[in-house]
Amino acid sequence: MNALDLLRFAWAALKGHRLRTILTLGGMSIGVGAVILLTALGEGARAYVTNEFMALGSNLLIVLPGKTETTGNAPILGGTARPLTLEDCEAILRHSRRVRRLAPLSVGSARIGHGERRREVTVLGSTPELLPVRRLEVGIGRFLPDVEIDRGAPVAVIGRTVQMELFGPENPLGQPIRIGDWRFRVVGVMAAKGQSLGLNMDDVVIVPVASSMRLFNQLSLFRILIEVGAHSEIDSARQDVLDILRERHEGEEDVTVLTQDSVLGAFNRILGALTLALAGIAAISLSVAGIGIMNVMLVSVSERTPEVGLLKALGATPRQILKVFLVEAVLLSAAGGLLGLLVGYLGSAILSQAFPALPTRPPTWAVAAATAVSLAAGALFGVLPARRAARLDPVIALAGR
Amino acid sequence: MIELRGLTRHFHVGDQTVHALRAVSLAVPDGDYLALMGPSGSGKSTLLHILGCLDRPTSGSYVLDGHEVGSLPEGELAEIRSRKIGFVFQFFHLVPRLTAAGNVELPMILAGIRPGERRARAAKALAAVGLTDRASHRPDQLSGGQRQRVAIARATVMGPSILLADEPTGNLDRASGREIIELIERMNRDGLTVVVVTHDPEIGGRARRILKLVDGRIASDGGPS
Repeated sequence: MNALDLLRFAWAALKGHRLRTILTLGGMSIGVGAVILLTALGEGARAYVTNEFMALGSNLLIVLPGKTETTGNAPILGGTARPLTLEDCEAILRHSRRVRRLAPLSVGSARIGHGERRREVTVLGSTPELLPVRRLEVGIGRFLPDVEIDRGAPVAVIGRTVQMELFGPENPLGQPIRIGDWRFRVVGVMAAKGQSLGLNMDDVVIVPVASSMRLFNQLSLFRILIEVGAHSEIDSARQDVLDILRERHEGEEDVTVLTQDSVLGAFNRILGALTLALAGIAAISLSVAGIGIMNVMLVSVSERTPEVGLLKALGATPRQILKVFLVEAVLLSAAGGLLGLLVGYLGSAILSQAFPALPTRPPTWAVAAATAVSLAAGALFGVLPARRAARLDPVIALAGR
Repeated sequence: MIELRGLTRHFHVGDQTVHALRAVSLAVPDGDYLALMGPSGSGKSTLLHILGCLDRPTSGSYVLDGHEVGSLPEGELAEIRSRKIGFVFQFFHLVPRLTAAGNVELPMILAGIRPGERRARAAKALAAVGLTDRASHRPDQLSGGQRQRVAIARATVMGPSILLADEPTGNLDRASGREIIELIERMNRDGLTVVVVTHDPEIGGRARRILKLVDGRIASDGGPS
């Protein structure tokens, strides 16, 4: 009995029980489809986060006050740490050749107002360098003036949402706004950007860093964002920054310097675990489908007991009987797997159409694993019923008992 | 040539031992036409199964064409069934999802014969039983007599030397039954050894030789009375 005959025979048997075959195929394809779809979702989330970070450039160092021993995570509270000051920024710029640009960042929340309108927004204090470091763009007007870092100026750049809410159709350029008790003049409006790393960049006001620190009565910066000249220098630049700050902070290493890679690595680990967890859940449905195949094959064997007896009477060896049922089981699971691939790819295509921000693409390892598992499931779960058929006593089988 | 010497077959049912065959000795020359008769439970079917290498004797010897086959492993018995023996059953045992031709091709598929040759031989076998125009019908589109003729075509397509028929007319009306037995007799005249198990004295009476079994023993062996 050659392979083609076996396939044809199995095909005829499966066609003979159309509904049962379709249901089993359904089970298998849901299992495989779930693996592919869920892992695609996990990978999509990871790709999304990676893209967000990559948009900032991969040459970024982030300095924050305080020190933790854990890598990758920022300390939650600064606590007793020495403040991170504007002088620190100047020292870094002066002493490290590897630093291309640097933007200090101070963050506060304040009520702003123009005329009768008020709004609670996040106020960022920085320098003109923030624009290239964070890959931001100005919509109209200009960005912060290039004054000395420790000199404030009563000028502000506002986000798109802030412009809409406070000024409506009115031209905001040159208009005064109140931030807390201070008066500023609007010099520019940022281009629409939307959410970026958890902050709605359209709903902020950006002022010179010295002004913001005075406004919020802050001694320490929130962050220093540093852009390094080349990605290969990022580790030595990080060391430079640590050395410079340690010297300035009386020999104590009381700041944390994160590289983009370490933050990204942390996210990658978390989302990788998420993907695996999703794959695990999907694997359960895949194994349920495998057991479904075994169930169907067992029923099929007991139903076709007289047929097994006949095949034996016609000269079939136990080995041939084994093959007949095994091929049927593998055909069933392979077809289900193939259908599942289709379902998975179709599903993830629909998902990425519906949520363009989420680049869902099934990872190759999951596709390979699901396909292999679906084939193996047929062989594995088909063996028991097939062996049962092969071992049937032909006399008893012919009698249909 | 079939030679049985001191053949016994026991079954264990619960803690009881059933003696289906007790010391059966028998010689069936090539081309013989033998009817196996006897009451239910007399061992007719068991003997037929052993003759057809579907079952093995508990003791004694079964020599088929000069080779001891009573103790061969399952794989070699399958080979003998494939080449030397054709079965016809009371309930036809056609595979419902296959056409008449497909059913006739089954033993050839198992024997690994090429598709082209298979089709040619199946067509020839169906022609021999007068079913050329029913080759592409499924069993449920055929009458009982036609089904049994498909089964006979299937049993003989591999060119066996022995045809074993277990109540071949038991599920047919009288007219169809006669047609079937006449078909089998025609094949016997062409040299096929035929062993028929039957309850029907009319069918049994047509055989060249009648073997009566009672309680697993040969009660009588001779020509029709």
